[in-house]
Amino acid sequence: MSILCDRNTKLLVQGFGKMGQFHAKLSIEYGTKVVGAVAPGKGGTRVEGVPLFDTVREAKQATGANASVIFVPPPGAADAILEAADADLDLAVCITEGIPVIDMARARAALRGSKTRLLGPNCPGVVTPGQCRIGIMPAQITRPGSVGVVSRSGTLTYEAVDQLSRLGIGQSSCVGIGGDPVIGTHFVDALALFEADPETKAVVMIGEIGGSAEETAAEFIRKHVTKPVVAFIAGQNAPAGKRMGHAGAIIAGGKGRASDKIAALERAGVAVSISPAEMGETLAKRVPGLSG
Amino acid sequence: MNVHEFQAKALLRQYGVAVPEGRLATTPAEAEDAARALGAKVAVVKAQVHAGGRGKGGGIKLAKSPAEAREVASQILGMTLRTHQTGPDGKLVRKVYVEAGSEIARELYVAVLLDRAVEKFAVIASTEGGMDIEEVAAKTPERILTVHVDPNVGLQAFQARQLGFGLGLDGRQVAKFETLLQGLYRLYVEKDATLAEVNPLVVTKSGEIFALDCKLNFDDNALWRHPDVAALHDPDEEEERERVAKELDLAYVGLDGDIGCMVNGAGLAMATLDMIQVCGGSPANFLDAGGGADKEKVKEAFKLILRDPKVKAILVNIFGGIVRCDLIAEGVVAAAADLGVKVPLVVRLQGTNATQGREILEKSGLDITPAETLREAGSKAVAAAKGAH
Repeated sequence: MSILCDRNTKLLVQGFGKMGQFHAKLSIEYGTKVVGAVAPGKGGTRVEGVPLFDTVREAKQATGANASVIFVPPPGAADAILEAADADLDLAVCITEGIPVIDMARARAALRGSKTRLLGPNCPGVVTPGQCRIGIMPAQITRPGSVGVVSRSGTLTYEAVDQLSRLGIGQSSCVGIGGDPVIGTHFVDALALFEADPETKAVVMIGEIGGSAEETAAEFIRKHVTKPVVAFIAGQNAPAGKRMGHAGAIIAGGKGRASDKIAALERAGVAVSISPAEMGETLAKRVPGLSG
Repeated sequence: MNVHEFQAKALLRQYGVAVPEGRLATTPAEAEDAARALGAKVAVVKAQVHAGGRGKGGGIKLAKSPAEAREVASQILGMTLRTHQTGPDGKLVRKVYVEAGSEIARELYVAVLLDRAVEKFAVIASTEGGMDIEEVAAKTPERILTVHVDPNVGLQAFQARQLGFGLGLDGRQVAKFETLLQGLYRLYVEKDATLAEVNPLVVTKSGEIFALDCKLNFDDNALWRHPDVAALHDPDEEEERERVAKELDLAYVGLDGDIGCMVNGAGLAMATLDMIQVCGGSPANFLDAGGGADKEKVKEAFKLILRDPKVKAILVNIFGGIVRCDLIAEGVVAAAADLGVKVPLVVRLQGTNATQGREILEKSGLDITPAETLREAGSKAVAAAKGAH
């Protein structure tokens, strides 16, 4: 088992430029069923062996696709998300970085009540080790197993996964939810999915400064999560008022500090690693017997 | 992106939000002319820098005659203004805004922003205008009124009325308040602002309502569709290294320590700073080279890090997903050779094409300390910086 994607996922690519093609190729090599790409005006042709379609609806009809990965540049990215939702795909994973906040706020509001789950934007995607790779993660560092990983950051997700794999601890699914102010899937959504997934035995959650998603997650964990959770919060030493790369990573008005998030998580029974190098070890200590 | 008060007010005016009459001046003589042209009994001379708390810092002064406007402008222009928002170095005042004074009966607060928790826009109002709103929120939260706006529906008239009557305005004033709020909301949405704040919003003795001061922040990711807003950018207001970083499309924040950092990804970059601290060192900067990092960008990033004289060692920490480690390695080698990097260099490459990247570093013959894990990278960089003392 896993969350969000598995070996049966049929994936479309929206935005089949250089980056879309490069990562589609890596996903195919990993064993992912990439069934088509949407490139308006180029429908009916093939690129790199992948059939192209003019619209998402048409692609879904022809291929039975149930998920899509979006590489469309920022001006058209919200439109691409809404097109995926219009076609009733189960999952739309938006990799695009730099989408205007107002576009995302509108798209998010329009998605309420939709069947489509959005992951991202500005996220690395999701990997279910040994089964399916959607997005841009270096899947070779993952290892099949029973730990769910969820993170607001891209490369820090890789760091956490790498630490787990080096300790022989495999993952059920690795999910990057993205660092933007408005995102489709939150920590609480991913935690709920991992809690419901029988294969997942523990969760590693990687947060960062800014916003209050970690505090909300802590509250959710306290009430609804029975599986052990280990966390790390990036930006413990970040100065106030400075945006640390991600549009959402800013300590503003005395809110969004790492110390408050760590305290909230610890109150919810989460084991928080203070050192970013000890995310894997903290989990190994908390839940013995995961490696193998 | 931030803009000056005079620029923000010009935008407010464009959207039908009432603001006092005012003129920009860059010399005391211009300030005198401006005060004369305004013809008001009292003029207010306001320093134009991107920071709040200007009044307390001595950057806002009253003048009862054009001659006095000239006099106070000569005090403000050229001064280094220090407020709680400028940092200890302060900001040099290059221009002043001369405005007609007004007879104030009440000072209120309104702002439009995104409420991340509910993913809707929030319009916030308070009777405590002219105060630090974060302090009001902390101490007297009951004095803050909030309505949430669905981005696809927009601000409704009843919501504006709710806020207006909630602020204790009378029926005639609420009608004016509603017009003003609709203008502010339209500006926020149409120009891709991330914050549109009027503080204080003033009610005069004669019952007029207008924006006495305002702050607008804009979404950097949307500037491509607002050339008029992008043109308001004032490079004088940015710290030199952060300005250069922006031109290179790198995210850079200067810090106080001595270990220069180059990392890909904001989360890993923050974690790298945390790692350095855990190892007993102190980072000189946050630098996210981003997903498009290649040879040229790495070289430019090195130049930027080395502009900081405090840097005693450099830590490169790359976990390749989109980024290819071999391209990063080529950049590191080129930078180290071309720029004559004299400080110790610790490089950790993991992920996409990491093996090729490590080979490139090894074959270069340069004195580069490789690191395998994050902990090793942190402790080697801290040791290198200490050794360089």
